[in-house]
Amino acid sequence: MYRYDEFDATLVAERVSQFRGQVERRLAGDLTEDQFKPLRLMNGLYLQLHAYMLRVAVPYGAMSSKQMRRLGEVARKYDRGYGHFTTRQNIQYNWPALVDVPDLLDDLADVEMHAIQTSGNCIRNVTSDQYAGATAEEVEDPRPYCEMIRQWSTFHPEFSFLPRKFKIAITAAEHDRAAVKVHDIGLRLYKNDEGEIGFEVIVGGGLGRTPYVGHTIRKFLPKKYLLSYLEAILRVYNLEGRRDNMYKARIKILVNAEGIEKFAEMVEAEWAQIKDSGIDLPREEMERINAYFAPPAFEKLPDQSEALEEKRASDKDFARWLRLNTVGHKTPGYAIVNISLKPIGGVPGDISDVQMEAVADIAQAYSLDEVRATHEQNLVLPHVKKDDLYAVYSDLEKADLATANIGLVSDIIACPGLDYCSLANARSIPIAQRISERFADIDAQEELGELKIKISGCINACGHHHVGHIGILGVDKKGEEFYQVTLGGSGAEDASLGEIAGRGLSSEQVVDAVEKLVGVYREHRQDKERFLDTYRRLGAEPFKEALYEAA
Amino acid sequence: MKAVTGNRLGDGAVVYLGDDDRWTTDLAAAARFEGDDAKSVLAAAQARVKEITDAYLIEVDGAGAPAGREALRETIRKSGPTVRLDLGYQAGA
Repeated sequence: MYRYDEFDATLVAERVSQFRGQVERRLAGDLTEDQFKPLRLMNGLYLQLHAYMLRVAVPYGAMSSKQMRRLGEVARKYDRGYGHFTTRQNIQYNWPALVDVPDLLDDLADVEMHAIQTSGNCIRNVTSDQYAGATAEEVEDPRPYCEMIRQWSTFHPEFSFLPRKFKIAITAAEHDRAAVKVHDIGLRLYKNDEGEIGFEVIVGGGLGRTPYVGHTIRKFLPKKYLLSYLEAILRVYNLEGRRDNMYKARIKILVNAEGIEKFAEMVEAEWAQIKDSGIDLPREEMERINAYFAPPAFEKLPDQSEALEEKRASDKDFARWLRLNTVGHKTPGYAIVNISLKPIGGVPGDISDVQMEAVADIAQAYSLDEVRATHEQNLVLPHVKKDDLYAVYSDLEKADLATANIGLVSDIIACPGLDYCSLANARSIPIAQRISERFADIDAQEELGELKIKISGCINACGHHHVGHIGILGVDKKGEEFYQVTLGGSGAEDASLGEIAGRGLSSEQVVDAVEKLVGVYREHRQDKERFLDTYRRLGAEPFKEALYEAA
Repeated sequence: MKAVTGNRLGDGAVVYLGDDDRWTTDLAAAARFEGDDAKSVLAAAQARVKEITDAYLIEVDGAGAPAGREALRETIRKSGPTVRLDLGYQAGA
């Protein structure tokens, strides 16, 4: 994992002390709220419905056990004993007091964490594949590039006041777990026909009120040019992006207004000017950063574990958890473990202080000290020996973290919605809870297979509803909650935007609606088709019919 | 009828302007205003920058319960998250 050097440590410490002074001045009345608000937002502090909310950055979702333990302690000491993992691999605290936030940030700085650039019109936390460095699917570990981007973008003076916020995601695997096609910039590391590894550069994707799947503006970018090419894109956007209307200010609007070819030309022209001007890292510096991500000391193990096979045969629940929550590792004898934060009837992404500490202990004992957050609001233990899987499962079970449902109908993304968020029009979490309760039967869930339900409480789409196989968007109709259903979206390598199924449904109708949609799938699916495949093959009609027949 | 609400500066807690001109956490105890009165009271409340942030007017009924278009939002603010009955004022803490 990356460790702070003296520069990182200094700049985080300085920022906390600067913010401490700003908070003092605000409390003393020397700063007005108008003056203070942009300063608190630069430090990840929002004001929500019930209280302040602090969003803490988890760079590309990677945490050490020490960091995870500290997140748990912070939840207990400064908040109400829990945190919420978000769709950007970050964690949010829902109840911190303004007067405590400087101390809270000091506690985070002690473990190399902060809340910088988790808000505001700057380059936000870079997100990536939660299986990075562990999966055999990747051509290379994407994390060193995430770290290079993190360092380059932190306090980048030219890009501190962009027209709007800016999100970058990187994948190095064919199967896209980082949703790169719906980011401002998506980067896909791959090997070209000449056998060289480089980036496909995708620009202008995004959700929100004007959703787009991104366009490829460069098929192949040699790795060494990563930063200069990003700088060229950001510079074009910074100069040409709209600032007169915040709803038209994201790069996707610019890309689609200019047309993809014209936009690509603008970037290439800018890049031609700056590509050899010293923005890109020299090889030694790239190697220095790479070294932080050198594979940990994996043991040489047989790929089969007898201990594991014995338990698999004798414990049905364990066997199911293995099937649903673990995936193959690049190293023989190891596995990647997913920890679901979606218990039946629970709040997607929420985790208690005690659970965070339990995950920290398990990661320290069994996962080479590493934990990851996923954009689907779950956690990952990336490096677990197969021999240890039963111990990990047992410890997770003790912490109520052994729900087996990754990728299934109850593994729902939901934004905080109107239960917490001041922007929301409707509640999201209760809908997720009721759907997961309706489909609680795990045998039936497993039989249904992969089905991604994503719920947003407003058009800003933090719950990614546009890319849900079934998407649910909360809207407000004269003070009442209504829900619009979209069908056929995907945020993966087969990215697509869902289509609106028809008129909005009441809170009571929406869970039945999901069941009807699932019914159509069950009736028509062929072979091993997923819900999404059946939808794509049949089109929207049979699903719409089921939704609205005599309803 | 209107009441003045905002978030307490130091901890962000939801508060309402009471009859005694002090902030209360109990909406039922909030002062209620009509028309232009409400606007001038709000302006005075907004000027209390060391105590409060994001002050605004909400609609309430005669019993002091949230009313109108934002009733659901203001009910959730007044009580706490509907998915965590152990948190917020609804928890009785």
